[in-house]
Amino acid sequence: MASRFITIWFKYLKTDWVTLRKPTLAQKPFVLALPSHGKLVITATNKLAAIEGIEIGMAVADARAIYPALEVLDDRSELSEKLLKGIAKWCVRYTPMVAIDLPDGLILDASGCAHLWGGDTPYVKDIIARLKLLGYAVKAAMADTIGAAWAITHYSRNIVIVESNEQATALLDLPAPALRLEPAITERLQKLGLREISSFMHLPKPSLRRRFGPQLLLRLHQALGLEEEHIVSIKPIIEFQERLPCLDPIVHAKGIEIAIERLLQTLCARLKKEGKGLRKAILHCHRVEGKIEQIEIGTHQPSSSVQHLFSLFEIKIGSITPGLGIELFIMEVPVVEIAIPVQEALWNTGSSLDAAPLSELLDRIEGKLGPGHIFRYLPDEHYWPERSFKHATSIHEKPLIPWKKERPRPLQILNHPERIEVTAPIPDYPPMLFRYKGKLHKIMKADGPERIEQEWWLQEGKHRDYYAVEVEDGCRYWLFRLGHYDAAKTYEWFIHGFFA
Amino acid sequence: MAAKSSIIARLEKEILPLQGFTKTTANAALDVNLGPMRKAFPFSQFPTGVMHEFMFSNVEAAAATGGFVSVILASLMRNAGACIWISNKKNIFPSALKAFGVLPHHVIFIQVTKEKDIAWIMEESLKCEGLRAVVADIPELSFTASRRLQLAVEKSKVTGFILRQNPTRVSTTACVTRWKITSLPTQTFNNMPGIGFPKWNVELLKVRNGHPGKWQVECVAGKFRHFSIAAQVEKIAHKKVG
Repeated sequence: MASRFITIWFKYLKTDWVTLRKPTLAQKPFVLALPSHGKLVITATNKLAAIEGIEIGMAVADARAIYPALEVLDDRSELSEKLLKGIAKWCVRYTPMVAIDLPDGLILDASGCAHLWGGDTPYVKDIIARLKLLGYAVKAAMADTIGAAWAITHYSRNIVIVESNEQATALLDLPAPALRLEPAITERLQKLGLREISSFMHLPKPSLRRRFGPQLLLRLHQALGLEEEHIVSIKPIIEFQERLPCLDPIVHAKGIEIAIERLLQTLCARLKKEGKGLRKAILHCHRVEGKIEQIEIGTHQPSSSVQHLFSLFEIKIGSITPGLGIELFIMEVPVVEIAIPVQEALWNTGSSLDAAPLSELLDRIEGKLGPGHIFRYLPDEHYWPERSFKHATSIHEKPLIPWKKERPRPLQILNHPERIEVTAPIPDYPPMLFRYKGKLHKIMKADGPERIEQEWWLQEGKHRDYYAVEVEDGCRYWLFRLGHYDAAKTYEWFIHGFFA
Repeated sequence: MAAKSSIIARLEKEILPLQGFTKTTANAALDVNLGPMRKAFPFSQFPTGVMHEFMFSNVEAAAATGGFVSVILASLMRNAGACIWISNKKNIFPSALKAFGVLPHHVIFIQVTKEKDIAWIMEESLKCEGLRAVVADIPELSFTASRRLQLAVEKSKVTGFILRQNPTRVSTTACVTRWKITSLPTQTFNNMPGIGFPKWNVELLKVRNGHPGKWQVECVAGKFRHFSIAAQVEKIAHKKVG
């Protein structure tokens, strides 16, 4: 199938945008300017200013001489890129491949898209009409090559569509700069009287290359379709992506539900066929007025189950604001993994960490609460209690070392050890009394000390001498002394946990 | 007369499944050495697939309750079963679970502060057949909420444990049992110095279709060891004389 490209030229991109924000400017000539080499230079004009004869690159002082009431506003250097990016995202409704053509254009790869709008002409007309509604003056053209489309957009008055393989004829009458050449080359062509493309198109290639360098030939061939030209889409093309345009804008939750279900059905069928499961999916809802709402889900295990994925999306439907209505749904699956098919068991083996219902449950919980609430712990090779366990990265991660149970560890632990007052005989006996939260506890039995040294390569500080103690009423505590007994009495006692 | 009593016994047995009790097979029954505690429960088995409720007031009792629950969890989670532990703060030391026989990496901890979220997660988890048990900190539990949870477990056969610290109101709930666990001074072999096995005073305050009771147990290698209360009293009396 032949490629089809559309180029869109925003003649007054920045000024149109300013007019949208300040409608009072619509009736006046105004320009945007940036200081350069000590003077204000015009970087954009609106249509009325252009009619007055003011051009881009003029100094503001000169322009004021032509039109004294000229309004001058400050420009920003990255403004056009920002605006084009926004419009490019909006244009994703027409094709998934949209590229920015700085300073004032967009390139759309429309191969195989136009028939959805009923042919090339209605397609391009729809784009132009919709952009005009948004408030931008545009010119657009469609051709088999980017070069031809660009030339027609910028230099032809009437042609909008160049039929397939007709680009050579369409280019004949256009001036040489339509080929996107460097000014130096255009100037040289001009000097030699080669004003139109037709005048040098059929000249022998070696002589063209010798006189004008390789760029002219490259651009000519790109425009004619003899040389491939690639565009960089604003969004990387995602392999697993489904689109669902709606005839009428959707405003109800039920409609969104149906859309999600349909998208998931086609996606999951594809995933299943390829033996894959999704780990992450994003639903983009393109609203009528151009805003994009999105919701995202993640799974703990690759999944291609419509029912489960739908239940994850269902939790988040409430966060979509449909506004005036949603006209396009796009479901993207950026993370896919190979799903190991589950062996069917004759009997239910019951529960384990690998069970599908469990990972589906965790997906739902994480979907509702967000990340950072679900923890699973594995033993770590540290004696320091706070570091003796680590977070598991996945539900399937198995402990590499066994859990230690030689030394007593309390079931309830304080996140930060708390200071206590203690009466203890020195040098290494367990305490006799301690006061915690205002209550005096008399210690009846004790085990210890268990000395745990600081890991000097991780943290500096004193060691801890831990004692497990039991008080009169049978409650058991985990206490420690920080540091050695010494004459300066720098040691401190802490409570760190409660034994069962 | 004999015929009448046997009819009543039969009818009682028919009522039990309707109330959510099912006789578990020998394989699924807990092997925690219930001992005299057995008599308190219908079918003389620790009820699984139901909701249990634990009351306690302070952090020391929370640790004791956690220990008792862990012993039962260990038995429920035999053969690589998984469990979810929902809490409102990070206070469980995973390494300590190992001492009660629970594999800490088979426990999924979920930490949330909002009570509404805890209740939602609890209900969703109890419906999940991939789990053996769910433990949750829910201080305030209304009858309606407990009924929802009980209905969820009756279908999925997951066992639920609700830990209630300092509830402001203690009303009737749909939980099958209500427990209170407190620490007791430990005993060592031949009164040697040091701390012995964890020992608890276990009070079964309520049990549906059973007999509430009070026991003293020790946890030894993941199983209960029972003490007769009478013997304990006698011992203390003996000491006084001596």
